[in-house]
Amino acid sequence: MSWFGNYIKSSIGAKHLMAITGLMLLGFVLAHMLGNLQIFMGQAAINAYAVKLQSLGVLLWIMRGGLVLAVLVHIYSAMRLVSMNSAARPVKYKMAFKDKSSFASRTMKWGGIILILFLIFHLVQLTLGGGPLKANFNLLDEYGRHDVYNMTVLGFQNVAVAASYLVAMLVLCFHLSHGVTSLFQSLGINHPKYNGMIKMAGPSIATLVLIGNCSMPIAVLAGWVKATV
Amino acid sequence: MSRTMNLTLNVWRQKDSKDSGEFEKYTEECKDISEHMSFLEMLDVVNERLIEKGKLPIAFDSDCREGICGTCSMVINGRPHGPWKKTTACQLHMREYKDGDVLYIEPWRAKSFPVLQDLMVDREALDSIVQAGGYISTNCGSAPDANSIQIGKEISDAAMDAAACIGCGACVAACPNSSAMLFTAAKLSHMNTLPQGKPEVAKRTIAMVEAMDKAGFGNCSNHLECEAACPKDIKATVIAEMNRGYAKASLLKR
Ligand code: HEM
Ligand code: SF4
Ligand code: FES
Repeated sequence: MSWFGNYIKSSIGAKHLMAITGLMLLGFVLAHMLGNLQIFMGQAAINAYAVKLQSLGVLLWIMRGGLVLAVLVHIYSAMRLVSMNSAARPVKYKMAFKDKSSFASRTMKWGGIILILFLIFHLVQLTLGGGPLKANFNLLDEYGRHDVYNMTVLGFQNVAVAASYLVAMLVLCFHLSHGVTSLFQSLGINHPKYNGMIKMAGPSIATLVLIGNCSMPIAVLAGWVKATV
Repeated sequence: MSRTMNLTLNVWRQKDSKDSGEFEKYTEECKDISEHMSFLEMLDVVNERLIEKGKLPIAFDSDCREGICGTCSMVINGRPHGPWKKTTACQLHMREYKDGDVLYIEPWRAKSFPVLQDLMVDREALDSIVQAGGYISTNCGSAPDANSIQIGKEISDAAMDAAACIGCGACVAACPNSSAMLFTAAKLSHMNTLPQGKPEVAKRTIAMVEAMDKAGFGNCSNHLECEAACPKDIKATVIAEMNRGYAKASLLKR
């Protein structure tokens, strides 16, 4: 198996791990967003969705396990790449001209750090039921189901919480706008007929995720989606 | 009438690879520069004036001075080979500049390219990558029949586009990570695309990527600064080919 070890340890192997785990995380981000958008269909719909998700049992734990693994490998590979890259350029230029790199491409590291902090905050708040908004976590709806609808709406009525989500989604948007196009390049998915589409994939998917995810806190702040308790 | 200009040059001066080096500013030596000079001719003039004053001239590499050898490595105001697209420093002309311009000239910056003196760096790390697999194994003896190997035009065009790489190292210099992936991928694409290179594709790909990693270059973050700096217009699509080819060679080769 030394061939596999050599592959994983190589520069390109690290990029491939980055891209595959990035793709897994992207799949999660999209599925998570589509699920949550059901908040616009009302309390009954999203609370039923939450019950269905919880009832997946083993499958849910497999998905969670895969996700945790993806996050860990993504972060580990990012740390490896970042440290190799800074070691390769010990002396910086006095004048550094940027021709083709973008704000998004140059801030992948910082975006990643903000995203992991946000992820921890998000999990503590909404999955584990801790943090300042604990009270909302224990709400039940009329059928005795975990009241995801009101938990979310009440959470977003807190302007500070809503703002932190909006900022995190902007950061995610930049991370994805470079990252998604980048993952095609890293995996070598490349063809003159499709390169235009691949170039657009990052910015367009990132924008969709930004609009979709931000629509929820904005709708709550604007009073379009109201709490029922 | 030809235009002349007075410039201010800030040039990286470093005695040898152990010296820490610093910028030195020149104004007196950069007066009355003709717009018809090439950038290197301008440096030649500055050097003559330095020598007249009994000072050490600025050490920089050059050879062909016609954009084909790739030795004239220098970063001019933050851009490897200066501001002209698809142009080496030796082909850059002073008509780009105007009276009073201030220029910063620095060597390629990469751990794998130690500065030898002033603007001269050691680019042997690139040679180590080529030595690892940038060749084809063939029989000696009489030359093969001409046209005995048929190559489609699209294939030969793709291979020749990649073969245009002159090994100057501007891609490494431009990359924020000092990655040599554009160079390595150009060589791989050149060799791996042609029928003569096919039998050794997997072996070559693995050997050259390993040599690249061993030489201490960084990784590609897809900033594409290399593509912008490359005087031979090598496209980063070759890097995608290498990324795919390396996985295929590592995971599927017998
Ligand atoms: C929602 C979570 C996340 C998603 C969807 C995501 C997605 C991606 C994608 C698709 C890439 C491009 C991979 C490639 O270049 O082939 C990427 C790169 C990167 N990610 Fe993430 N990521 C996430 C979270 C994080 C976290 C938590 C960190 C670090 C703490 C991080 C750090 C990075 C870095 C540094 C890169 C650039 C690697 C390089 O090219 O040198 N990301 N990410
Ligand atoms: S790829 Fe371009 S920039 Fe890099 S060494 Fe070859 S010619 Fe120079
Ligand atoms: S001196 Fe040969 S390319 Fe510039």
